Amino acid sequence: MPSLDLVLNALTAGLLLGGFYAAVTAGISISFGILDIVNIAHPAFVILGSYAAYTLNTAFGLDPILAGVLVLPAFYALGALVYQVYYASFERRGEDSLRGLAFFFGLLFIAEVGLILGFGVDYRTVDAAYGEGSIDLGPVQLPLRMLVPFLVSLAMLAALQLLLSRTFLGRAVMAVAQDPLALKLLAIDPVRVRRIAFAVSVATCAMAGAFLIVIQPIEPSIGREYIGRVFAICVLGGLGSLPGTLAAAVLLGVVESFTSTFYGPSWAPAIAFGLLLITLAVRPAGLFGR
Amino acid sequence: MNCLSGTLVHETGTVRFAGRDLAGLGPHQRTRLGLARSFQLPRPFASMTVADNVRVPLLYAAGSRRGRRLSEREIGERVAAVLESMALTERARSFPRDLTQVDMRKLELARALAAEPRLLIADEAMAGLSQSEVDDIVALLIRLVEAGITVILIEHIMSAVMRFSQRLVVLVSGRKIADGDPVEVMRNPEVERAYLGQ
Amino acid sequence: MRTSLFVTLVAAVAAALFALAVASGSDYLLFAGYTVLQFVVLATAWNILGGYTGYVNFGSAAFFAVGAYTSVFFHKAYPLPIPVLVMIAAVVAGLLGLGMGYLTLRLRGAFFSIATLALAVVLQTVVVNWHFLGGSRGAYIIRPALAPIPGLTYIQYLVLVMLVLAAGALIAARTIERSKLGTGLAAIRDDEVAAESVGVPTLRLKLIATTLSGALMGMAGAPFPYYIGYIEPHSAFGLPYAVNAIAMPMIGGTTHWAGPLIGAVLLGSLQQIATVTISSAVNLLIVGLLLVGFVIVAPNGIVGLWQSLFGRDGQGWRRFSRSTRSASGSADSSRSTRSA
Repeated sequence: MPSLDLVLNALTAGLLLGGFYAAVTAGISISFGILDIVNIAHPAFVILGSYAAYTLNTAFGLDPILAGVLVLPAFYALGALVYQVYYASFERRGEDSLRGLAFFFGLLFIAEVGLILGFGVDYRTVDAAYGEGSIDLGPVQLPLRMLVPFLVSLAMLAALQLLLSRTFLGRAVMAVAQDPLALKLLAIDPVRVRRIAFAVSVATCAMAGAFLIVIQPIEPSIGREYIGRVFAICVLGGLGSLPGTLAAAVLLGVVESFTSTFYGPSWAPAIAFGLLLITLAVRPAGLFGR
Repeated sequence: MNCLSGTLVHETGTVRFAGRDLAGLGPHQRTRLGLARSFQLPRPFASMTVADNVRVPLLYAAGSRRGRRLSEREIGERVAAVLESMALTERARSFPRDLTQVDMRKLELARALAAEPRLLIADEAMAGLSQSEVDDIVALLIRLVEAGITVILIEHIMSAVMRFSQRLVVLVSGRKIADGDPVEVMRNPEVERAYLGQ
Repeated sequence: MRTSLFVTLVAAVAAALFALAVASGSDYLLFAGYTVLQFVVLATAWNILGGYTGYVNFGSAAFFAVGAYTSVFFHKAYPLPIPVLVMIAAVVAGLLGLGMGYLTLRLRGAFFSIATLALAVVLQTVVVNWHFLGGSRGAYIIRPALAPIPGLTYIQYLVLVMLVLAAGALIAARTIERSKLGTGLAAIRDDEVAAESVGVPTLRLKLIATTLSGALMGMAGAPFPYYIGYIEPHSAFGLPYAVNAIAMPMIGGTTHWAGPLIGAVLLGSLQQIATVTISSAVNLLIVGLLLVGFVIVAPNGIVGLWQSLFGRDGQGWRRFSRSTRSASGSADSSRSTRSA
């Protein structure tokens, strides 16, 4: 029988991890969930974000999460560019399935190999004020390097949710997912709306990447471990619902945390996949799906 | 319509075809039983020629009710016959992207026809066509009926409906409001209201 | 071309290639040739599902590694001759494909692709935790000194095995392409709903394609441990296999059996040269850039470029002139008339 302390600690660690997973998945929930663009390069963009934070941190001693905020515009621009190419080459021609997937797969690969060429395969870390230390609540430890990304991640999700549900742009994004033609009749350019939404989804990678390198040391190919995770969370969360994404992310975080506590961390990557397969086979609409 | 052909699963009621409950059968099995459909927006196989489009149902559906596979020669003959009946012979080697709208509709019907159905559901086969093209398609459909195929025509173009129909059913948001002889149904005030709006 | 003639031709080319490689006496040529042939099998296998059916498998590395680790397993448990291992690997990887397909192929294509991507990660996790297979440290396979065929060195024997597999894969792909199965798969690729509506049993055909494709990839992996001598999960499940398996058919052309062959020979040789002259990371970057470039600029690959220049049956020009004529025809039929 495991001790209560161990269980409580695994639970909190899972919660904190889940908040971070939600940040990694939020972008996918927008691009795949709402826009129906299967951006499998998303995790690679997250790693790109990590290296951006790493570079600014080592060069100027900048706080990594602040660095993430600073590179947001660059990632937004990258997203807009990728969408423009994707739209012109695949979406407009109606060839988005097979070749579009290959396109994003190629991007994923280019990003990874590019990072290997630029930074090598060694693990990299950052210095942050909250890199060490923790807040102790009785027997439960809240490591700062998990707690700070968790809190900022929640703030980011809240901001995205407000953007989608309260602003004109957000409503246009939701509308374009349902009926691009109707939007056109309202004199709104659906391509422009989709481009902005996709760019926002890539911009979240700057933040998620910064969180990632605060939480753990990174190397270029680590993004692949997140492909199964983000899609599992996205599907489980009901494709395109941010609250659903958060709930699913926390669920996965807790399950993974218990697995690593009681079976060893090397099994953790398989959990997400198992969850994904079960979800797809049993309830493809997700836990909180329509 | 999607429930009939099996694309969507219906939650209540049963679909019976030729005395057989179709519950649990997928679209391809229903087609093999003799229930074929055409699509409102043509969905040709883009990488195949018109003739190859028509070959697919001959390979996969036409044989099953005869209880044997068709030989290559039989398939070739059937392709030629179906294209001939749909006036597409000259287009046999064209690719769908090179077809005109009306030829595309004809291909849609030809492909459904090649499955050798007993019942053909033609889903708005004429929407967006000019009057002479509509006449063209109606003539083709009437010939099918004469050949012994039951046709369910889903259509808004009233001139085509009136010329073609033997029995007319009017549905409004899934509810049947009239059913019977076309001329009588058209006199029904509820139908008139539904069609023209209140 | 008749199938028997094609088989004879493929066999003759394979025999000639093998005779040349042996006569050259260069071990480097044999090692490089093995890798290129392995990619011919992988690319052709990927294309049966990806090119013919339109379902993208990102987990080629997983199927390949399953084949390789099947060999490692038997090497440690009960050594068997390589042709037998190839058969066993085919069954194991084929079943893996069937299982994956059964769980995900009823959904939209994207879900299948995502699942295959994650599959590689999971199987890698399993192997890392499976100490009998060497775990994360990897496993050494000591190659027997003598080939089972007298007169051949071991590497010559391995190249012969891979040559037979490559020839078999090409013949299988061409046969499928021209069969009833191939027509059904093409219909699924073009429009799955329409295919279903004209009687094509789409789920069953997709499962057949996934199983065949997975089995072929497993077969390509089975001799690999004997070729490389040392295998560890990180490289066996590595992204380069998955990327090459996709890039080669995409660059060569996905709708014709010759596409993956052309792509594999071109990209495979290019990488062999680049690995020696530049660095392996740079040549992978080149593969990635070529993949992205081709899907954007030449979506039908080299075979597609060829066909648009010279036509499918030498009919390109006629088709072109016809398409300009029908374009003017469709303009006047787009008028819409709705009379009550």
